[in-house]
Amino acid sequence: MVAMSGGVDSSVAAALLVEQGHDVVGATLKLWGGPSDSGCCSVADVDDARRVAQQLGIDHHVFNLTEEFDQHVVAPYVAAHQRGHTPNPCIECNRSIKFDRLLERTERLGFDVLATGHHARVTNDGIFQLRRGADPDKDQSYVLSMLGQDELARVTFPVGEMTKAEVRLHATRLGLRTADKPDSQDVCFINSIEGREGFLARKLEFHAGDVVNGEGESVGSVEAIELVTVGQRRGMGHGTDGQRRYVVAVDMPTRRVTVGSAAEALTSAVTLSDATVTWVDRPLSDGARAVAQVSAHGRPAPCSVRSSGDGLVVEFDVPQRPVAAGQTIALYDVAEPDAVVGAGIAA
Amino acid sequence: MITYLDHAATTPLRPEVAQAMADAQAEPLGNPTGSHRPAQRARRLLEESRDEVADFLGRSPREIVFTSGGTESANLAVFGLLSEGIDDGRAQSVVCSAIEHPAVLESCRAVAKSGVDVLELAVDASGVVQLDALEKSMEQRPVFVAVMTANNETGVVQPLVDVVTLVRSTNDMTCVVTDAVQATPFLDLSELTSASDLVALSAHKVGGPVGVGVLAAGPRANLRALHYGGGQEQDRRSGTQNAVGAVGLATALRLAAQERQVMTVRVAGLRDRLADGLLGAIESVHRTVPVGVPVLPGHLHVCLSGIEREELLVALGEHGVCASGGSSCASGALQPSHVLSAMGVPADLSQGAIRFTLGRDTSEADIDRALAIVPEVVGRLRHRS
Repeated sequence: MVAMSGGVDSSVAAALLVEQGHDVVGATLKLWGGPSDSGCCSVADVDDARRVAQQLGIDHHVFNLTEEFDQHVVAPYVAAHQRGHTPNPCIECNRSIKFDRLLERTERLGFDVLATGHHARVTNDGIFQLRRGADPDKDQSYVLSMLGQDELARVTFPVGEMTKAEVRLHATRLGLRTADKPDSQDVCFINSIEGREGFLARKLEFHAGDVVNGEGESVGSVEAIELVTVGQRRGMGHGTDGQRRYVVAVDMPTRRVTVGSAAEALTSAVTLSDATVTWVDRPLSDGARAVAQVSAHGRPAPCSVRSSGDGLVVEFDVPQRPVAAGQTIALYDVAEPDAVVGAGIAA
Repeated sequence: MITYLDHAATTPLRPEVAQAMADAQAEPLGNPTGSHRPAQRARRLLEESRDEVADFLGRSPREIVFTSGGTESANLAVFGLLSEGIDDGRAQSVVCSAIEHPAVLESCRAVAKSGVDVLELAVDASGVVQLDALEKSMEQRPVFVAVMTANNETGVVQPLVDVVTLVRSTNDMTCVVTDAVQATPFLDLSELTSASDLVALSAHKVGGPVGVGVLAAGPRANLRALHYGGGQEQDRRSGTQNAVGAVGLATALRLAAQERQVMTVRVAGLRDRLADGLLGAIESVHRTVPVGVPVLPGHLHVCLSGIEREELLVALGEHGVCASGGSSCASGALQPSHVLSAMGVPADLSQGAIRFTLGRDTSEADIDRALAIVPEVVGRLRHRS
């Protein structure tokens, strides 16, 4: 079964499997009932996916998982902002919808594997490895970094070996209607008209917050502390030294945003809460070396890991831009830097 | 091999109907409003068809408005009755059953935006409209009461004759609208609906072509057209009439009326065999409508606990068994059923709701195949969860 979002990557993923002679069925998830202009939920995207399936001569189904999506992705997204965290809903969707509910369904319906259009690779040398996609600009191993052996054994990413240009070329050659479709950029349940702020405004109450410097002196205020992210520069003004200010910390109970210079904002260690840590195969041992990636296209940062009472501590060799609570950190193998070893969410 | 058990969604075009439509087109056909011979021929076919439809419904031909199908007919009934009253502020309220097809329900919800009170009548646990709720709602002096002849999901036949009697006895101004689309192949609509003011039909549910329907509008129904143009259909529905489609609809209705008695008994027998077989072979399967409640002969609606209907439909589809899980939205995704929730069916059961609908072309072999495949597929899905 191929999860077809209506984008070019999953269209080509389906095409490649058909060309390889597999028995293929396409499925599009309807995840969001509200207004949307991008991502995988609009009627136009379902139509695109269905039309591509028709062009490929395969069956296509639409699965309505809006309730599950609301429960496992949207509600936690809103709750995280309420706590002052910065969540990644695409990762939660992969964790609890695509590679959980859909994967279960794939198996119940008797399919051997679930394919998606992610730019990543799975290799198997007795142990399944999750590796970066061949196109470094489009690599999506970060958003899949929570997958373990159980899931990797049952998934395939057919476009992982290709560059985006090759994917588009293949779609053009086949005359697929998604060949020139722009990449989706944003969170699928947030539309460009109201944006994140408008969406959250309908879901939760905003609170004003004090902006203070490192000495605790008030230097300004924000209207909605729920929208402030650690590391944010926008709206934080300049210090007495004329340099830009960055958010160093957000404290919800006191409604306080602490700002500092770029240097003050750097962080040398992050703790991943234990309950969120997952491993592709075996856990890293205490003190092991790894390479951390803190955002979808973040630069890999060499680090060491050790466990503490609070969770798994990632200590960067060189201090990094701050990591907001709620962000996912993917850990890659130090010897094989394209292989994911595990992931966790910053506490 | 296809085992088609989704006749409530659409029925195969009957060969006799296709032939009648081909014959109609075999000679030049003009625009029915023209004056030359081909035009007059089209007009004749149209009016002959109108006579046949009127016969089928036990009404005068003047009451028959040809439309593009059931949805247009429902919209014409709702908006056609209301638009004048909305303009001059007289239209205060309307009543419809909570289990109406979206063509009626969403039309009513749309007029609610113009300030009209829309009262949705409750149904009981068997899916039958509650007459005491209707009686109470009549105090509002609604412009119309819409109660379908039989429900499309469950097949439950509604107490339409009682509805009409109750409405007439309380308010002479209120019209009764009935969506008879689903009932058309099986029930005698001339008997059941002749006292209703407005009746909606669709050709493709009864072996006719997609794209043709009828709204029958009695003398008490003061309809305003929804679209303007050449004033066809006595100013009630402008646009060049679909004479060939009308021939298809009339032929399908004539055949349905001729065959009704024998066909309904045969189909009900097949449906009962399917029901008994499935209930006997599958664990934790519930009849959505209790035995004893009048249901269309082709309908079998069941809820399977521990099954997701989306998965069941895909798995049955792989074996060529065509059934339905309820209504879909524009994307094609299944929606939670408003009918089942109005009946108070718990979510864990409605999750596994599935509708098998048989038709005049359903055979014993179809039932054999369904009985061989469905229990096995259900067992496999349950085993893997």
